[in-house]
Amino acid sequence: MVNIMKLISVLLLSVVVFSCNQNGKAPSEIIADSDNGGLTLPEGFSALIVVDEIGHGRHIVVNDNGDIYVSLRNHSQNKGIVCLRDTTGDGKADVVEYTGEHTGTGIKLHKGYLYFGADSAIVRYPMQEGNLLPGSQWELIARGFPQERQHEAKPMEFDDQGNMYVTVGAPSNACMAQMRTKGSPGMDPCPILEYAGGIWKFREDVLNQEQLTDGVRYATGIRHAVANCWNSEVNELYVVQHGRDQLHQFFPEIYDSKQSAELPAEEFFLVTEGSDFGWPYCYYDPLQAKKVLAPEYGGDSEIQERCENKTDPVMAFPGHIAPNDLLFYTGNMFPERYRNGAFIAFHGSWNRAPEPQSGYFVVFVPFEGAYPSGDWEVFADGFAGEGIINSTRDAEFRPCGLAQGPDGSLYVVDSNKGKIWRIIYS
Amino acid sequence: MKFNVILSTLLIILLSACGGQEKNEDEQQQSPNQTQTDSPKSATMANHPGKKVYDAVCLACHMADGSGVPGMFPPLAQTDWVLEDKERLIHITLEGLSGKIVVNGEEYNSIMPPNSHLSDKQIADVLTYIRQSFGNDASEITIEEVQKVRNR
Repeated sequence: MVNIMKLISVLLLSVVVFSCNQNGKAPSEIIADSDNGGLTLPEGFSALIVVDEIGHGRHIVVNDNGDIYVSLRNHSQNKGIVCLRDTTGDGKADVVEYTGEHTGTGIKLHKGYLYFGADSAIVRYPMQEGNLLPGSQWELIARGFPQERQHEAKPMEFDDQGNMYVTVGAPSNACMAQMRTKGSPGMDPCPILEYAGGIWKFREDVLNQEQLTDGVRYATGIRHAVANCWNSEVNELYVVQHGRDQLHQFFPEIYDSKQSAELPAEEFFLVTEGSDFGWPYCYYDPLQAKKVLAPEYGGDSEIQERCENKTDPVMAFPGHIAPNDLLFYTGNMFPERYRNGAFIAFHGSWNRAPEPQSGYFVVFVPFEGAYPSGDWEVFADGFAGEGIINSTRDAEFRPCGLAQGPDGSLYVVDSNKGKIWRIIYS
Repeated sequence: MKFNVILSTLLIILLSACGGQEKNEDEQQQSPNQTQTDSPKSATMANHPGKKVYDAVCLACHMADGSGVPGMFPPLAQTDWVLEDKERLIHITLEGLSGKIVVNGEEYNSIMPPNSHLSDKQIADVLTYIRQSFGNDASEITIEEVQKVRNR
């Protein structure tokens, strides 16, 4: 009996694989651009440009048939979602359609719907079999989020129990009484944490949920995390935080401009229910390898006090380089060491001046089980162009979103012009 | 009086020497299809009292070259927000600004904190600095003009 079941499974799997290859494009047909679209990649990897310019791209998702969906920061042609299709099999998008009235960041295909993180609500559009464009009648899943003008992005993730996790970024740098003003103390306790600075859990299929009455605060002390991914291998949520800014500008007597460019770390969190990662009271100093008390709360760059009990990151990255997307790789195209490891798109810095800006790249972190098994490494670079980047605007492209294609390709979308790269391995 | 003349002469020599050096460096770095964007005025702004205020208060977001951050913080270079309506510019600096604005065709929707803690002189200095740097070439802003808006 077991053997028959096995046989049936193998047969079914073959049918699925076969039909994928029919609908999708076989990897052998895809030819990389001779210059890899301007990227530098590890040995054996290459890249092609899928499309050059679609607007200010944020996040990206690829359907099982290869169709691509990108969220936009600002309206393009009065729309907030770009839909792309390749009808010729060369990997280049030849159909480009715009749809959706909302702009925002989060975008996910889930159980027949295209979920979209408009900055103040989560909505979903029904997908229609065979059609590139989703239906235009959207449903409201979650609302009541604060109206924010900083850290307003609303990425969403799904577990296998019917739950949806939404990051609600804190509209603040370090919960100062007066926003980003030198000499203003940190509010204690920080009232923002009641409605933001954490992750809220909702049901994925219940309409019109209110953040504070229907949603559950799943974790707190997260300043802002645009990079989120549910790791289905270990069934845990991971996010990468945007750390606080302007240590030198507000506390020149404690931090020089060089320290301020490197501190604090961008922190990679394993988020379990009830976690508290410490914002705004604490930040992580990678050189001391500990959470320290923020200067707005009496910190001197070394003392810990209440930060001793906060949850440490599983990995720390250099300061201010803005992790904007996270993806655990589950494909078969890349070599074995990449399987279940994390790719992180860093958007690159603005808050390192007068030091040069940096971090316009995609990194890889090898994983074993729930934790990193080695140091991080730059995987894809060259987005910003050549030379030193002193001002953020000098960066030609900025990686912002990541997606895995049905064949295991890795897609990267840029936020400056909306260029998309497809990275392949052969 | 004589001392002042000597001082001014020295300053001019010093400034032209600095300017000359900068030009040499520019020439060395310049590729044939690049054009020099700095006006001669910008080159002399390095010692302007407004630069110190700019570096401490504004540079983190608006960048050393006034180019801002795409999608987050608008540029100060070559925009009517800086070059035209002086009162609006002083008002924004004192009171801050939030909400959707369009600068040089690009949309921004973030928050700038108020800077009313700066003195009238500091604001006059920094606004004169930004109106005459980054390729900008507009008139100065006086302490009296700042006072007028602050007391409104």
